[in-house]
Amino acid sequence: MAKAKSTKPAGKGAGKPAGKPAGKEDVEDLLQMYEQMVRIREFEDKVNELYTTAKMPGLAHLYIGEEAIAVGVCEALNSDDYITSTHRGHGHCIAKGAAVDIMFAELLGKAAGYCGGKGGSMHIADQANGNLGANAIVGGSAGIAAGAAFSAKRLGTGQVAVCFFGEGALGQGLLYETMNMAQLWKLPVIFVCENNMYNEYTHYNETAAGTLAGRAEAFGIHTEEIDGQDIRVVNEAAKRLVERARKGEGPSFLICNTYRYHGHHVGDIDRAYYRPKEEEQEWQQRDPITILADWIIGQKLSDQSVLDHIQADVKSEVARGAEFALNAPFPDPSEVNTNVYA
Amino acid sequence: MSTPNSNGRVITMGQAIKEALAEELRRDPTVYVMGEDVAEAGTAFKVLKGLVDEFGPDRVIDSPISEPGITGLGVGAAMTGMRPVVDIMFGDFSTLIMDQMVNQAAKIHYMSGGKLKVPMVLRTTMGATRRSAAQHSQSLHAWFSHVPGVKVVVPSTPYDAKGLLKTAIRDDNPVVFFEDKMMYQLKGEVPEEEYTIPLGVADIKREGTDITIVATSSMVQVSLAAADKLAEIGISAEVVDPRCTFPLDKDALINSAKKTSRALVVDEGYERYGVTAELASVIADGAFYYLDAPVKRMGAMDVPIPFSPVLEDLTVPTPDTVFEMAKTLCGVN
Repeated sequence: MAKAKSTKPAGKGAGKPAGKPAGKEDVEDLLQMYEQMVRIREFEDKVNELYTTAKMPGLAHLYIGEEAIAVGVCEALNSDDYITSTHRGHGHCIAKGAAVDIMFAELLGKAAGYCGGKGGSMHIADQANGNLGANAIVGGSAGIAAGAAFSAKRLGTGQVAVCFFGEGALGQGLLYETMNMAQLWKLPVIFVCENNMYNEYTHYNETAAGTLAGRAEAFGIHTEEIDGQDIRVVNEAAKRLVERARKGEGPSFLICNTYRYHGHHVGDIDRAYYRPKEEEQEWQQRDPITILADWIIGQKLSDQSVLDHIQADVKSEVARGAEFALNAPFPDPSEVNTNVYA
Repeated sequence: MSTPNSNGRVITMGQAIKEALAEELRRDPTVYVMGEDVAEAGTAFKVLKGLVDEFGPDRVIDSPISEPGITGLGVGAAMTGMRPVVDIMFGDFSTLIMDQMVNQAAKIHYMSGGKLKVPMVLRTTMGATRRSAAQHSQSLHAWFSHVPGVKVVVPSTPYDAKGLLKTAIRDDNPVVFFEDKMMYQLKGEVPEEEYTIPLGVADIKREGTDITIVATSSMVQVSLAAADKLAEIGISAEVVDPRCTFPLDKDALINSAKKTSRALVVDEGYERYGVTAELASVIADGAFYYLDAPVKRMGAMDVPIPFSPVLEDLTVPTPDTVFEMAKTLCGVN
């Protein structure tokens, strides 16, 4: 394994949020985004705890550090807009409006979960909020997202679809087939690449030739590369791209540079062989929740006490949600062969 | 099931398939057809010729040569209100779309606890002896039949093809519809009036008393020809066509074998771990005490399909080889 290159967190990707003063509505939006990021952070911390205390079966891929992307993008969507998600999908699910108690139930394989316990962490779907499902095949949902956009266009509903994926998916051919068709047919789909720099345990410099942006630009797809740690940047970009898509201007590619604080999955603890501690510490200096909190306080849009209150409320909501799931019943054995066919 | 009267109208299998698509496109605005050269070219086999003229390029859509892409797009469109019919020119290209079919389409309903559905049809082809060599001649329907969540249709006549395709399009699950490319010119009676055929209901193509021949797709025609020859030597063969490998009409197979006491299964997929093995097992299990002989099976020879006609013709069951096997099974020398 070659040593990781390009480890600087800041300055990668353009896009600065406009410096205009925030109005009342903006403040509410900012506080909503703050709350949603905190909800993901608290949820994932609890998942980590459940997993490491052997209360959660299977695998967990934590989204901590990348919260600004899911929330910044989903806050630019309507609830009936579609998303497709990844194995690292808890953040997308929450950002699209899922309730933490029903999510915990799914992660613990309980009957009350979003999928009746049949999907789990890597396949959680929340159709009512437009979440067409997490996908454990890297890049596997590109076609599904484009298909949802195809439906929206054909049926004239005005919906858009967002395909979330990590930079590891850039190695998958399906993504490029899909980008090609999306641009040919001007489908309202936004390809959001969360570049956390590591394809599992391998730096993307070792797996991706050329530039990331160049991949979509080759199809003539509108492409932007931004700082994925600053939610105001992410949200403004997402709003732009959603508007383009709704106006019939076709697909776009949004590269969000970010960092995964934890390992590839919860059990990935010894990481020094693939990424240096200093890099991890450096990125945590640009924490998405802190960046937004600092902006809110710095601009005097709200008080620390308000943020603290949000944090405390979310923390207890998450604790209650986990408790609910831990006490909830498992599916009845008779469920094993239901839902195989519609 | 009542059979609508065809009033003697005879059309080809290809025409029956096109007619089913046209009727469903007319009936339901969410149905669309997508694939390589499906529009102006009417597919490589010309089966859909003219379809685009009635429905336009927004509903009969030429795609790039991107099988995984169009299949994935179909899955997503099916999940969100459309009823796609995805055209994969050769069944051999199933290799390219397996992730989208097996890991996505087949599992989405189950993984979502029943909340999401994938009402999609994947039309593709099977069948050797077209001199198309190893990558354009295989019959890979067993691959899909293996996967829970997928339905698989293998029609053998123009009548069945039309009625089954219409049902497949209306089904809320992913359905793979296999057309034997050597049968597109096969003629048969097909009514003009509306009819559908349920998936998972076998059809007895010829009644008989001495031996049951269970056959699929083009092997039904092969077995019917063999049955004619068997009749000449006094053996009465019953030819049973399951029409779908899943859902499978097990009772029809078992009951026929109980009646005749002998069973032979003929299918054009590879014999090894194939459809014939599954069907033979169903019969052996369900009709054990009634059988006078072991259940025999005939599939494609376990070799890549060769190009040379002399070699290729050796790889699939023919009326002669089915006749010989049935004769032996009946204890006639």
